[in-house]
Amino acid sequence: MVEILGLLGSGFAVVFEPQNLMLIIAGCALGLFIGAMPGLGSVNGVAILLPLTFLVPPTGAIIFLAAIYYGAMYGGAISSIMLGIPGASTAVATTFDGRPLAKQGLADKALTAAAVASFVGGTISIVLFTFFAPPLAHIALVFGAPEEFALMMLAFATFVGLGGDDIFKTLFSISIGLVLSAVGFDIISGEPRLVLWDITGFLHGINFLVLAIGVYGIGEMLWTVEEHSLGGGKSMLSDANVTVKRTLSNLRELVSTWKTTVMGSFLGYFVGILPAAGATPASLMAYGIAKQITKQPEKFGKGAVEGVCAPEAANNAASTGSMLPMLTLGIPGSPTTAILLGGMVIWGLEPGPRLFVDHSDFVWGLIASLYAANVFAVLINVAFIPVFIKILKTPFTILAPIIFILCLIGGYAPTQAMHDVWLMLVFGIVGYLMRKLDYPLAPAVLAIVLGPLAEPALRQSLIISDGSFAIFFNRVYAAPITIVAILLLCLPLFKMVYDRLRKGKAT
Amino acid sequence: MTVRTAELLMAIMMGAFSIYLMVKSAELPIGWIEREGPGGGAWPFWLSAVMLFSCLGIGYNWFRRHGRIATSEKFYIEPHVLADVTAVTVALIVTVGLFSVIGIYGALPLFLIFYIRFLGKHTWRLTITLVIAIPVVIFYFFEITLKIILPKGITEPLFIPLYKMFF
Repeated sequence: MVEILGLLGSGFAVVFEPQNLMLIIAGCALGLFIGAMPGLGSVNGVAILLPLTFLVPPTGAIIFLAAIYYGAMYGGAISSIMLGIPGASTAVATTFDGRPLAKQGLADKALTAAAVASFVGGTISIVLFTFFAPPLAHIALVFGAPEEFALMMLAFATFVGLGGDDIFKTLFSISIGLVLSAVGFDIISGEPRLVLWDITGFLHGINFLVLAIGVYGIGEMLWTVEEHSLGGGKSMLSDANVTVKRTLSNLRELVSTWKTTVMGSFLGYFVGILPAAGATPASLMAYGIAKQITKQPEKFGKGAVEGVCAPEAANNAASTGSMLPMLTLGIPGSPTTAILLGGMVIWGLEPGPRLFVDHSDFVWGLIASLYAANVFAVLINVAFIPVFIKILKTPFTILAPIIFILCLIGGYAPTQAMHDVWLMLVFGIVGYLMRKLDYPLAPAVLAIVLGPLAEPALRQSLIISDGSFAIFFNRVYAAPITIVAILLLCLPLFKMVYDRLRKGKAT
Repeated sequence: MTVRTAELLMAIMMGAFSIYLMVKSAELPIGWIEREGPGGGAWPFWLSAVMLFSCLGIGYNWFRRHGRIATSEKFYIEPHVLADVTAVTVALIVTVGLFSVIGIYGALPLFLIFYIRFLGKHTWRLTITLVIAIPVVIFYFFEITLKIILPKGITEPLFIPLYKMFF
């Protein structure tokens, strides 16, 4: 305990370096802006802006990106409430009651509730994170290749078992991500592998950023172009009467919602840890439970403040929760953390338990920065609500080309090869077309990041066991993880059999 | 084209791509190599096989009309949306194509004029302001601060005096 507090103290020393402090503030403000843009969320922001961080050292870079992640979680609520369009899928549940409040002329109340609940959710989850992470990392230190592979299996299995998407499409998405990560060279024999159509550009592999910016930048923007053409962007912007007096009275009223907010925070944190779950289901679940436990369920959907607090606390808590497996086990808990993890690999930091030993200043700097980002995000959010509302009025036809340009340059910057820009464009267009058919794309991004770690883990495990898969079942830690992964993979099958049996009984 | 038709076409295309990936993976050994473990092609080969299996599963669901997508007879892309999405996609492809010819500082202004003036129907004054401001910011940020040299095409010689000024 004392040791953890000491390490956290050293982390704060890193955070309070002027450059890092500036990066946190800039990251929060940018994140708020990106989160507030309809259709764009933390994952888009982190994917598009990652190439900009090559200028600063790794600690500064990840602090900046984590601040964007945090800011975007706050920002998502702004467009949900003001426009009725969720800034990102994570803020969908916020529209249910946030929008009716705004229509009643109480937008400021909803915005304050969202900001405060986000702050509480963020704070509770960071405290949980601080005390959960070191012991988990300590256990993970004894993990070998079989355990690492079993963990990655578990991450993918959660997408199949809990993702809620079409099973075949989820399987496809995971597999294509893993295959694309194998393009380039065989890591063991050193021979060229999967040089598609003999195009030499594939010899240097497919950078995960090319897929991430393609899917979350170009693809997402094409999706938004479509929404705007359908009239989705022409929603009426609500007026928000924000004054200090009203804000103070709103804050006083929020005290009564503390139970809902705390519930949302804990729920969000633990759901966020699961790779396939993340902030969107966490916020929806929190909304559902808040409706169950409230004394006035009839108000939900018509402008209940608790209906804003629960999902907002949950989505912020989930974003911190998803960082726990990323930092301690090297398994990202969400697409955004998958991109952060890919960034860490670029900066030469091997994610996983060794990180806590070998780069403790980096890890604790990041953890401390989450505390700081949480404080700055709530302050910037509350102080600049009127500014964000003005920004929301910026026409889409001005923002869109700027974001497209950032994507194109972002695709070029890491490798400075035109091949990658073309590839990114292809991923963007195909990703958009696949998304329209409900192919989940997050598993592919997670897979392309984890692929280069999963393959050597599997091959090393099989070499140790002389080709026997029993190695995943006869080791203390690997066995339970593998069994849970297999159960999760079979979950849709169990569900199908159960449904059939129930139908049979009913008839 | 309906969503249902698009679903089948996508499954066929992705299935064909999976087969291509399997064939390509098999250029390296896909079996067990004594004292070396699995061959270099094994990992992508079996994963491509899972891709193919998934496509067959999607096709099977399509055949028995199971699920929202496989039964939807709505437009895959609404006709009036198609024009906008196609215009933006083509503009992006042309812009990237022009990167190697007239360079990023030739292609981006054209893209901006097309998007802001012709798609967005904003005033020329605003368009020209952004067409000048955005490339200048990009030059300062990427080339001067981050030292990432962006493609210039035939405009390369024009930038030599600028580089001399900054480096």
